[in-house]
Amino acid sequence: MSIDIQMPALSPTMEEGTLTKWLVKEGDAVKSGDMLAEIETDKATMEVEAIDEGVVGKILVAEGSQNVAVGTVILQLLEDGEGVEALSTPLTPAETEAPQLDEKGPRLRTPGALPAGRGDERSVVDTAPIVLTEMDVPPGTELVETSVRDALRDAMAEEMRRDDRVFIMGEEVAEYQGAYKVTRELLQEFGAKRVIDTPITEHGFAGIGVGAAMGGLRPIVEFMTWNFAMQAIDHIINSAAKTLYMSGGQMRCPIVFRGPNGAASRVGAQHSHDYSSWYANVPGLKVVAPYDAADAKGLLKSAIRDPNPIVFLEHEMMYGEIMDVPDMDDYLVPIGKALVRRVGSDVTITAHSRMVGRALEAADILAGEGISAEVIDLRTIRPLDSDTIIKSVKKTNRIVCAEEGWGQSGIGAEIATRVVEQAFDYLDAPPTRVFQKDVPLPYAGNLEALSLPNAQDVVVAAKGVCYVD
Amino acid sequence: MATKPKTSKKELLHLYREMLLIRRFEEKAGQLYGMGLIAGFCHLYIGQEAVVTGVNAAIKEGDQMITSYRDHGHMLTLGMSASGVMAELTGRSGGYSRGKGGSMHMFSVEKNFYGGHGIVGAQVPIGAGLGLANKYLDNGKISTVFFGDGAANQGQVYEALNMAQLWKLPTLFIIENNQYAMGTSISRSTAQKDLYKRGLSFGVKGVQVDGMDVLAVRDATKKAAAHARSGKGPMILEMMTYRYRGHSMSDPAKYRTREEVSEMREEHDPIDMAKNRLLKENWADLDALKAIDKDIKAIVADAVEFAKSSPEPDPSELYTDVLLEVEA
Repeated sequence: MSIDIQMPALSPTMEEGTLTKWLVKEGDAVKSGDMLAEIETDKATMEVEAIDEGVVGKILVAEGSQNVAVGTVILQLLEDGEGVEALSTPLTPAETEAPQLDEKGPRLRTPGALPAGRGDERSVVDTAPIVLTEMDVPPGTELVETSVRDALRDAMAEEMRRDDRVFIMGEEVAEYQGAYKVTRELLQEFGAKRVIDTPITEHGFAGIGVGAAMGGLRPIVEFMTWNFAMQAIDHIINSAAKTLYMSGGQMRCPIVFRGPNGAASRVGAQHSHDYSSWYANVPGLKVVAPYDAADAKGLLKSAIRDPNPIVFLEHEMMYGEIMDVPDMDDYLVPIGKALVRRVGSDVTITAHSRMVGRALEAADILAGEGISAEVIDLRTIRPLDSDTIIKSVKKTNRIVCAEEGWGQSGIGAEIATRVVEQAFDYLDAPPTRVFQKDVPLPYAGNLEALSLPNAQDVVVAAKGVCYVD
Repeated sequence: MATKPKTSKKELLHLYREMLLIRRFEEKAGQLYGMGLIAGFCHLYIGQEAVVTGVNAAIKEGDQMITSYRDHGHMLTLGMSASGVMAELTGRSGGYSRGKGGSMHMFSVEKNFYGGHGIVGAQVPIGAGLGLANKYLDNGKISTVFFGDGAANQGQVYEALNMAQLWKLPTLFIIENNQYAMGTSISRSTAQKDLYKRGLSFGVKGVQVDGMDVLAVRDATKKAAAHARSGKGPMILEMMTYRYRGHSMSDPAKYRTREEVSEMREEHDPIDMAKNRLLKENWADLDALKAIDKDIKAIVADAVEFAKSSPEPDPSELYTDVLLEVEA
């Protein structure tokens, strides 16, 4: 009986990929270790190796096929002595895949950031009025579908073209093209002077970045993940954030620290930490956490131009999301302004980064149950746009603060406090929080899903503050 | 000393004066601390004056300096005003950081002084970053990074040395080895005590220098600065020095003998060494030296007067300088 070779998962977050090239043809004999095909993931192009010996019986997915789901049978291998009659009917990905977790489901497409009247079929339910944009774009501006990854890349490339002092340094940012491909092709355009591969020494290169900023440059320091920035947190806080104050306003430190933050997928406790509230605690920093591609671009451009140290928290699970970005020479989103992504009247839901998608998903579900939720994308954690939140709560009289990080001393705790302080008399229910369970993030798929907050958690919390079962 | 380093009347008088200013300033700071006018931490540079004075004599206008919290001497050498430094020690609005930094945290963009850093070792990669900026901007400057024998054991120092050599940064790593990391002697804290060798595994050259001899410091720094400025990368200078006072004002320094301190003071004092040469070469007589001392005392007295009379920062200063406004 033939052996089915499936589209492999080549990274923790890969769900599909492009089969760029077959390195074997039907009838070829292969042995273990032979290269079968080249596959392009969202992060890299990799070769697939044969594990079994045999003869290539049938190639089922043509060269150049895109979006081939992980688990799809791409090739059938005949064992020694078998003829083509031995080829079985390949299983579908659904049949071959391990049981899916509830959490996974279909990937969320963002309903946000579309201009009014575009009538995109991906939009959310018809009844949902959405404030589509505070995008300050001229009428008729074209919107280009862009991944969050490329939006970040474009922001850096544009700012590097605009200002010679801007450069990027970090692990694998140059020749490797970025551990998550966020710095793809920057080396080719700007050269090794401005796209600098560092050794794996976060503490040291964060300090060097701070010194370069004090010396008159505008560094972007990429951390492969914010988890690794724990090695460097002293320079972010003690050296970058406090210097302006300690110098009586003399010594500037214009620097952007950026990279993916929070839980990716099944990477365990040490690679899944959400640092939003850690950095939000520090005066002297601005902390930005975009959700969609347009904000990723517009906020990163603003961050690079900002004269202050910026902590820019991205989300690995959002890198591959394709969303609209206005096609403009200079699309800037101001730091410090939240965005009402969906207008509602019964309950306010705040969220940032990937959690915004879950909040919007929850708002859809709630709409189906007759509850009108207003969703606020915080976009900037520090300075926090209290005005937008308080204004919304004065209208809805209820709030659910959702975040992916832990609850204690978290972003939700801060927002709830401000709401109690500033809009107590408007509240019809105590503020409620949705957050990650109070444990280090587990590896097991089921436990990880139980630990991370999802749309249903937001729905339950929203119904709770609306006193609806 | 095998051969006496070359110098001139003018130069040595200048260096003597610089060192004496630091000594008298620090003595006065110690006194004001005792009177309660200076609070918190106050780390005196007494005994180590030759190091920063000699380095400054060897570098060029525009080269940067960055150091730890034991920073008063560096600022005075660079020409920052004694009044501005002293007023920062007393936490007044006339201080370099307008009273918001204190003894450990002062900066001067104008005089190329980049702090004033309170976390042991943190200034080392920052100083390398200044070197990176110099190389990037191709401005011909070098950065000089000062740190102690205690900081020399910090991991980030080695991360910085590796990158500085890898990228050939124009940076001098100047270890002020005063033999004690707070209260722990180098033999109790350090497995390999020749700190100038600490860059060898990265290919960073190092030399050990008599840090009590201002001219030896000057000469060693000149060579190293030429090396760094020519694009050959960083160097380490291990300055063998000694602090006469405790780690900070609250340190009784019981970890060493009185004899050890007096031996250093009496036989290796950097200011006495310069003074003896001035007298021996007939470049100055005792009266001339007394006149210098008088001048210095007047500068320090003015600084004290300013530091006492300058008002405390206005309460509105509490909220300024946290973030810069974004220019439209």
